[in-house]
Amino acid sequence: MSRRETLSILGGAFTAAALACVPFLFGDYGLSLAINIVSYAVLATAWSLFSGPTRYVSLATVAFFGIGAYTTAVFAETLPWPAVLAIAAGVGVVVATVVGLSTLRLSGVYFVIFSFGLAELVRQLVTWWEVNKTRTLGRYVFTDITAAQIYWQLLALAVLVFVAGFLIGRSRLGLALRAIGDDETVARHTGIDTTRAKVALFVLSTVFMTLTGAIMAPRWTYIDPAIAFNPVVSFTVLIMALLGGVHRLYGPVLGVVPLALLFEFLLARFPNHFSIMVGLVFILIVYAIPRGIAGLVEQAVRRPA
Amino acid sequence: MLLEVTLSGVTLGGMYALVAMGLTLQYGVARIMNLSYGELLIAAAFAALWFYSGLALSPLLGLLVVPPLAFALSYAIYRILLQPLVRRAKTRDALEVDSILATFGLLFVIQGVMLAVFGGAYYSYSFLSIPLNIAGATVAANRLLALVLAVVIGLGLYLALTRTRLGTAVRAVAVDPVAAQLVAIDVRTASALAFALGGALVAAAGVLVSMFLTFNANLGVVFTLKALVVVIMGGVGNLLGALIAGLILGLVENYVAVFIDPGLTLAATYAIFLIVLLVRPQGLLGRSSR
Repeated sequence: MSRRETLSILGGAFTAAALACVPFLFGDYGLSLAINIVSYAVLATAWSLFSGPTRYVSLATVAFFGIGAYTTAVFAETLPWPAVLAIAAGVGVVVATVVGLSTLRLSGVYFVIFSFGLAELVRQLVTWWEVNKTRTLGRYVFTDITAAQIYWQLLALAVLVFVAGFLIGRSRLGLALRAIGDDETVARHTGIDTTRAKVALFVLSTVFMTLTGAIMAPRWTYIDPAIAFNPVVSFTVLIMALLGGVHRLYGPVLGVVPLALLFEFLLARFPNHFSIMVGLVFILIVYAIPRGIAGLVEQAVRRPA
Repeated sequence: MLLEVTLSGVTLGGMYALVAMGLTLQYGVARIMNLSYGELLIAAAFAALWFYSGLALSPLLGLLVVPPLAFALSYAIYRILLQPLVRRAKTRDALEVDSILATFGLLFVIQGVMLAVFGGAYYSYSFLSIPLNIAGATVAANRLLALVLAVVIGLGLYLALTRTRLGTAVRAVAVDPVAAQLVAIDVRTASALAFALGGALVAAAGVLVSMFLTFNANLGVVFTLKALVVVIMGGVGNLLGALIAGLILGLVENYVAVFIDPGLTLAATYAIFLIVLLVRPQGLLGRSSR
């Protein structure tokens, strides 16, 4: 292990420990803001875990987030909490495997289009099921989980994402994925089973999204398909990851913090024009900072040398 | 009953085909994967609604005004917003990713404007909703009119692309943008024209759709999705393929809605899409993939 890696591990552990103290230091508003930021940090990092190296743009974040949230809504009252999380992760794995196996063998566009509609498809299927089979559209989520506990669970999940990303970056799988991102044909010719590598990583990244949804669900107390599968979430995650920069593990977080604060402000000031603002911010980022903040930082660091 | 369902399925399929033809022009020729495509359809539907209930004019008059406006708007969008991306992109894949991202942002801007103006409520108006009797089946006159107009527009487009010099140039760009330059075709202008023409087509489809469907400001994404599915099913850049795939999709959706459950139409769309992806990824009429 190089000195730089040891330093980043120590830095990460220290940051996590410091962040764990947030519930004791700030009030309710500060805590809810922190929950928001950490949940988006997990989602954006998980997103770029797959989409960064492979360059397959996934627009389906909220499909998995919503699946997790709905699993909590269905099982939280009858099953112990760890079992709920396990079921959520299991459902996420099954859906991601089916989607991955059927679309990731093909060129990237098919995957983008499929993921574009996946949230809508899942939303309609859940609605159909609830209306026809259980005859309840919308559920209440009553648990005794406090906001601080939600925050700590999300923080633990964030640590897991970073550890997973760190280990993948050092493994053969990580090398294979970077090769796929550079040139898939070449990667296949050097003996990499590209489909298996892509599907494995896609499944891993979506498990984190599903778990985030499951952990976040008690925050809402009421859930219906329109809330759980709100496409703005996919969109927000995508912007945050892109602003931060997807080619570095720490990149997405650099985008999450400023944008989460900005959106908090916009939502409070312009609740009716929120999506226009977000769209404009997004277009601005695509044009002005295509390599993200992490890219800018690296450029700035490299220049004087 | 079966005939009635089939007829309304054909109408819907005709709309899908028209929408998909526009998208295949934008994606096949201009190489822009436009995720904000369906928003223009809904915007045109709102414009037709305004023509009818605001100005008390026939929506058919809207068909003369709205598509040219959409043409101008799409042309401006391509020149101002998308051409910098085309210049920046090193490869076709890079352009695809960039255009997906940029138009994804555009989607939320246009949708946000429409939500701010019209809210999330569903709209419809009743124009020519006279029942007609065809071989024992009852069809609303507005549906039939929409179908006829879609056929006329589609046929006009097909002839324009195959029989005129400009149309041939546009098709040449679709086949190979680099080789097209070698035979003195202005690729940038042809791409911009194709993109604008796609916008005009989807606006025309929006006016037609508004005559017989209820719509709201959130529905654009669904139309984009179906157009994408039809384009891929038919084979990218293939107008005839788009026509056939559009009809298949319209028919299947209507059969599922009537005979199984209206809540499962999107699932049916996806099932067809998956089958085509697994069996013929190059599309029904497409040549083998690149």
